[in-house]
Amino acid sequence: MRSSNIDGALAELPPALRADPAWRGRLTLTALAVLVLWPMLVASEFKPWLLFDWQSLSSTAHFLAGFVPPAHTPDFLALLLRETWQTVAIATAGLTLALLGAIPATLIVTERLSISRLGTGRMRWISALIRQCVRWLLVLLRSVPELVWALLLVRIIGLGPAAGVLAIALTYCGMLGKVYAEILESSEAHASDALLVNGAGRLTALLYGALPEAASELVSYTAYRWECAIRGSVVMGFVGAGGLGQRMDESLRNMDGGEVSSMLIVFVLLVLAADVVSRMLRKRLA
Amino acid sequence: MMIDTSTAAPSAMPPAPPRSWSTLVLFAFLLLLVAASFATLPIPWSAFLTLESINNMAEFLAGFAPPDVSAPFLTKTAIAAGETLAMSALGTLIAVGIGLALALPGAGRWGRAPRAVVRGVLNVLRSIPELVWASITLIAVGLGPFGGTLALAAHTSGVLGRLFSDSLENVAPLPEQSLRTNGASPLAAFFYATLPQTLPQMMSYTLYRWENNIRAAAILGVVGAGGLGQMLKYHLSLFQMQQSATVIVAMLLMVALVDAISFALRRLLTH
Repeated sequence: MRSSNIDGALAELPPALRADPAWRGRLTLTALAVLVLWPMLVASEFKPWLLFDWQSLSSTAHFLAGFVPPAHTPDFLALLLRETWQTVAIATAGLTLALLGAIPATLIVTERLSISRLGTGRMRWISALIRQCVRWLLVLLRSVPELVWALLLVRIIGLGPAAGVLAIALTYCGMLGKVYAEILESSEAHASDALLVNGAGRLTALLYGALPEAASELVSYTAYRWECAIRGSVVMGFVGAGGLGQRMDESLRNMDGGEVSSMLIVFVLLVLAADVVSRMLRKRLA
Repeated sequence: MMIDTSTAAPSAMPPAPPRSWSTLVLFAFLLLLVAASFATLPIPWSAFLTLESINNMAEFLAGFAPPDVSAPFLTKTAIAAGETLAMSALGTLIAVGIGLALALPGAGRWGRAPRAVVRGVLNVLRSIPELVWASITLIAVGLGPFGGTLALAAHTSGVLGRLFSDSLENVAPLPEQSLRTNGASPLAAFFYATLPQTLPQMMSYTLYRWENNIRAAAILGVVGAGGLGQMLKYHLSLFQMQQSATVIVAMLLMVALVDAISFALRRLLTH
């Protein structure tokens, strides 16, 4: 009965649709996609014709025309060099401070280095509590985006690179602490367990048992994070945290295409260089 | 058979691996980099540790204390969160389209020269962060979420285009070749042999990027691209701390929710 019904329905369809046995599914999916997409298009004020509006086209064209030639007066190039170094310095200093916080946090959080769990397999409640507290602190540090940290810190300590350094330090402390602990937990446990069972201290077990197993992974993750920090420090400049980003923001406000284009070029080169250096570090130290 | 261990006296430890000079030089260089960074940054470290600045900081943080939970403000925050979500989803969707279109030449299907050119374009798209893209697109289309969507799409096209072309290159070529030798058209061969092989990987890349984009969209508003970020910037610049606290909590909740959902999805897909 049913199949003849469907055959009848099929016969009424135009031949192009009849050829496709999956037409029901496709039609439903399309309808669903439209239903989901429509509110999204409205919410994000999706108006692509704005791109082709004469006024915005001409202002964009005017702005982009300024891109060539990139600004290259000696004064500006010197400024650019200084700001680029500041960006690298913010990233490096921020990551160093983050390490100062992340290493002790890793030491506390890593369950592999727990002494009270030995034998019974269960930690003392006080150590478990401390671990959990530090873990929550790390979660809080890394779930607030670095840009939001920077916004807040700029309000507290004023414009300038200090806000950027501290923002990177706070966010990356949370990330590094978590990932370091994960790397240590997932590495081979024999060496550190043997050391701990035979009475070695936590630091000894870390240095001689867990670290040699995981060192290369830890280093390569740190190098990768340094690369991310450089990108992040440019972005944070946009809210006033110093470096290349802050200058770029100023040039964008002045609609100075030449300056923006040379900064973009420097920025792309900087990211590529950081990529190369971090790859070299990973290969060398791994 | 027993292994004779008596010959391996404790003194016969394996020799320590030779220390290479270049590694030492590299370490020295890294130390120098760190020292130079701290030395050249104009940061008044001592000023942070005075009693006054600590008091200031405590006062500032105390201002957040009760987040604003009045109903009208909560609805406003929810609408902004929806805007952020829509921006991220649409941006990712557009990026999938552009990424796929660029992945075909990027995978070297039309020769070496187009591949190099497209890879270069993808690299540039990718190495400019969303926020920098946003400040450029906002000039083109004016303030609002649309500029943010375009910015997300531009950066994500670079990332996805690169990942898609890599996965197209790594796919096993035999199925497509056998379809072609049996007379299938190039398009049919691609759609029925190569695409199905890479689709799962592409889907998981896309989901992962979407997750990233939700985070990015939340902060894009800081330069004026709508959503939660714009609200945060607005209330912070008016020093309305309680409202800012609500927005920050909303951001954290959204990110946590997305993390949980994508964790569950990935679990579902892999098991």
